[in-house]
Amino acid sequence: MNRMSLRFISVSDNVGLARVAVAALASQADFSLQDIDEIKVAVSEAVSNAIVHGYPGRSDGEIQVTGMLDAGGLTVTVEDWGVGIEDITQARQPAYSQDPERMGLGFVFMESFMHGLQVESTPGQGTRVEMHRLVTISGELSRDAQ
Amino acid sequence: MTIVHTIQPTRIVVAVNGDLDLKTADPLREALDALIDRYRDKDLIIDLADVDFIDSSGLGVILGRYRRLAQRNRTVSLAGIRPSVRTVLDLAGILTIITVIDSPIRKEAR
Repeated sequence: MNRMSLRFISVSDNVGLARVAVAALASQADFSLQDIDEIKVAVSEAVSNAIVHGYPGRSDGEIQVTGMLDAGGLTVTVEDWGVGIEDITQARQPAYSQDPERMGLGFVFMESFMHGLQVESTPGQGTRVEMHRLVTISGELSRDAQ
Repeated sequence: MTIVHTIQPTRIVVAVNGDLDLKTADPLREALDALIDRYRDKDLIIDLADVDFIDSSGLGVILGRYRRLAQRNRTVSLAGIRPSVRTVLDLAGILTIITVIDSPIRKEAR
């Protein structure tokens, strides 16, 4: 059981900061290196969305990332208090992005690499993304089970 | 992120070192476009042997260059793809449209 919280401003340098911090937390559980690589992509996408879409044109927006480890695995939340999303269902469609070079794959990667994704958003108030990743034990017992 | 390019008779080889994400997408795009515009008859090879991490921002740069060059009948190929990067490229379907070179690309002028 462990928990961490990281709060930072909406600049692109912090995408790497957030994914490395969550990866370091995840490495305390029985995730494989590939699992951790995939978690890093999901965190990177959620934080990039908060910076690009939550705070367009702003570098002073607040973003909070929390990570929680328990027996069930890892839970990550990424929260911003920016412009929010009008239509979450539409935003989660592949290739929704307004920018042709961003591909609209952010939510696809979050859904594919995590085991559960919830998005809550209120226009004008912000967006909160919560993602879970289960620990799947292959070959050996976890420390808890020994 | 650092990038080192080598000009060969028919191609531009760009070796990238670092993570490809929101922070590095703009500088990488600008550097690749400058090379594409400067060497107008050459194809582009992006060597990802020293790239451990890529997300949709980095993918967008690669796909954008692919589209740009395809309009001019030029190609983009990727080399040196690591497993962590391959997973992301594969999920995005990029490996079905962009050629992957499995043999090592010689890095000169390091």
